[in-house]
Amino acid sequence: MTPFEANPRAAEVEAFLARTPFAQKLGMRCDIRGDEMTAILPFSKKLIGNFTIKALHGGAISSFLELTAMAQVFLVTDLARPPKTINLTIDYLRQGHAKDLYARAYITKMGRRMASVRAEAWQEEKSKPVTALMAHFMVGGD
Amino acid sequence: MMTKAVPWARDLGFEVTRIEKGRVWGSQPWDDSLVGDPDTGVIHGGVITTLLDNLCGMSCSAILSDFRFVATLDLRIDYMRPADKGRAIIGEAECYHVTRTVCFTRAWAYHETRDKVIATAAGAFAINQPRPADKLESLA
Repeated sequence: MTPFEANPRAAEVEAFLARTPFAQKLGMRCDIRGDEMTAILPFSKKLIGNFTIKALHGGAISSFLELTAMAQVFLVTDLARPPKTINLTIDYLRQGHAKDLYARAYITKMGRRMASVRAEAWQEEKSKPVTALMAHFMVGGD
Repeated sequence: MMTKAVPWARDLGFEVTRIEKGRVWGSQPWDDSLVGDPDTGVIHGGVITTLLDNLCGMSCSAILSDFRFVATLDLRIDYMRPADKGRAIIGEAECYHVTRTVCFTRAWAYHETRDKVIATAAGAFAINQPRPADKLESLA
């Protein structure tokens, strides 16, 4: 069974990322298994924020996490369009090294109008997150 | 200037336009590749996050008497309204409090004036201690 048969929304999430210019600029991909999605940001030189310590730019990491959280909401709802971000808080926990970055988002609460989402990005070990995000999205009637 | 040394900032194409003590202004030109919603042409929030994160960090450097690198501890962004398609976004950041180890900042993104703001940000930055001279070679 392909991921798309398991969850028809998977194709829509992939289409959303494919037609969003900024997601393409970052170069992010996603791996969807049922209602679980792992987003992948392959390392690229342009994502560096500090050359001397070869660290990923915080802005690139947070853009990636915001898109991951957005895509997760889109995956588990029947929204016609991706949700709009109301606000977000980012904690930079560890330095992002010059390597691929992975992320997963968890929906804390799905309301009728708003969704509360938490997301984490990691590199070698999932238990040692590089960055954590907490965000609110509009999911209906705005 | 400073953005030239930061690949991700250079790739997005924003520029620092003005610096005062503890305050920095910058401008992010609109571009097709930065669009987050292809139906409306609105720039992705991540672009604004990057702009404000960078400017907040620079406002810390612009208030400290010795040159120090700062690292973002956390950053909160509130989106008030979408940016207009085809228009540059102006970012303004200020560092309003400094302790021995942390700088506190706030920032705004808008098209014309702060009265009609696109997004606001609040961030805390850790002040890195100066590196020993023998490690500075890698900076050359």
